[in-house]
Amino acid sequence: MEDGDQIIKKFMYMNRKAPYGTIYAWESLEVVLIAAAFDQDISLVFADDGVYQLMDGQNTEEVGMKNFSKTYSALGDYDIKKIYIEQESLEERGLSLGDLQDLKYEDEDDDWAEKDSIILISRAELAKVIDEQDVVFSF
Amino acid sequence: MSMLHTVNKSPFERNTLESCIGLAVPGSAILLMEDGVIGAMANTKHSEMVKAAMANVKIYVLGPDLKARGLSEGNVVDGISVVGYGDFVDLTAEHAAVQSWL
Amino acid sequence: MKYGILVNEGPYTHQASDSALAFTKAALEKGHEIFRVFFYHDGVNNGTSLAIPPQDDRHIPNQWSELAKEHNIDLVLCVAAAQRRGLLDESEAKRNSKAASNMIEGFRISGLGQLIEAGIQGDRMVVFGD
Repeated sequence: MEDGDQIIKKFMYMNRKAPYGTIYAWESLEVVLIAAAFDQDISLVFADDGVYQLMDGQNTEEVGMKNFSKTYSALGDYDIKKIYIEQESLEERGLSLGDLQDLKYEDEDDDWAEKDSIILISRAELAKVIDEQDVVFSF
Repeated sequence: MSMLHTVNKSPFERNTLESCIGLAVPGSAILLMEDGVIGAMANTKHSEMVKAAMANVKIYVLGPDLKARGLSEGNVVDGISVVGYGDFVDLTAEHAAVQSWL
Repeated sequence: MKYGILVNEGPYTHQASDSALAFTKAALEKGHEIFRVFFYHDGVNNGTSLAIPPQDDRHIPNQWSELAKEHNIDLVLCVAAAQRRGLLDESEAKRNSKAASNMIEGFRISGLGQLIEAGIQGDRMVVFGD
């Protein structure tokens, strides 16, 4: 897709791993923060154990690692407003949206009204969203 | 054009293949590679899941990874195509995008 | 077709680097262009000049280095991932007052923007990792 001479592609960042056990969640977030500067059409997906990345109340003091979970709440400021959570992944783990952080963005087209970035999506619907992507990064 | 998915984990170790099958739309393709080739083998606990998926998606397995592991092409689930690295490249070109299920 | 390749694992522990090398060579043989190979996470260890694998094993960093020389491929290590893991080119070593650099010829160190650019400019992005 071309918008003038600017190419705009659909980029999806697929997160399927829990945080802290490996560095993938954290370094994936670092990619997303850089990617935000490129004015592409960005979606984040949290599925399988990736849903644990967004758990509310993470405390890493005793494991001695940086708690990067607070950074997710800044995604709205980076104009990242499509954060898909796979419903089945939550249910399989006995979780609901209430266990996760509340992520918001301010809609510039609606007088900066605060809106939810999190989109709860079924596996069947998520499959269609994935299929529309131009570039998929999974970490 | 639909998507090419690659899976590099054994279904005995991780749920990657199951997740991929659950999220691949009909008409897309899955390439099993590295330890993922174990998912292509017939008569395993996971063969039925793979066979059922083949009603909707085309499944390929990377021959060099089968051979390296001493797995016979004759023992893969019927209907799975054994391919080489050149075919892998062709598959990425023939499909609209590639998702590696890491 | 123009390819971007992302390698997320270091050499030897995981097959990702071997698969990425085989894929890259096969794509070149078929006349495709490799726009860039980007190394992230432990993948930055593919760029070490200090690896000494046994004689009867493959030398993965050398294979990348030779491939880059032969086909003029852009091999890029993520600077943040490389610094975390102690992979430095000469200017990074000097800038951080380190005694030595350890990046093999044919690679360069740059930012994550280079990965996103490869996604935008390339026709396909193929990821190898764990």
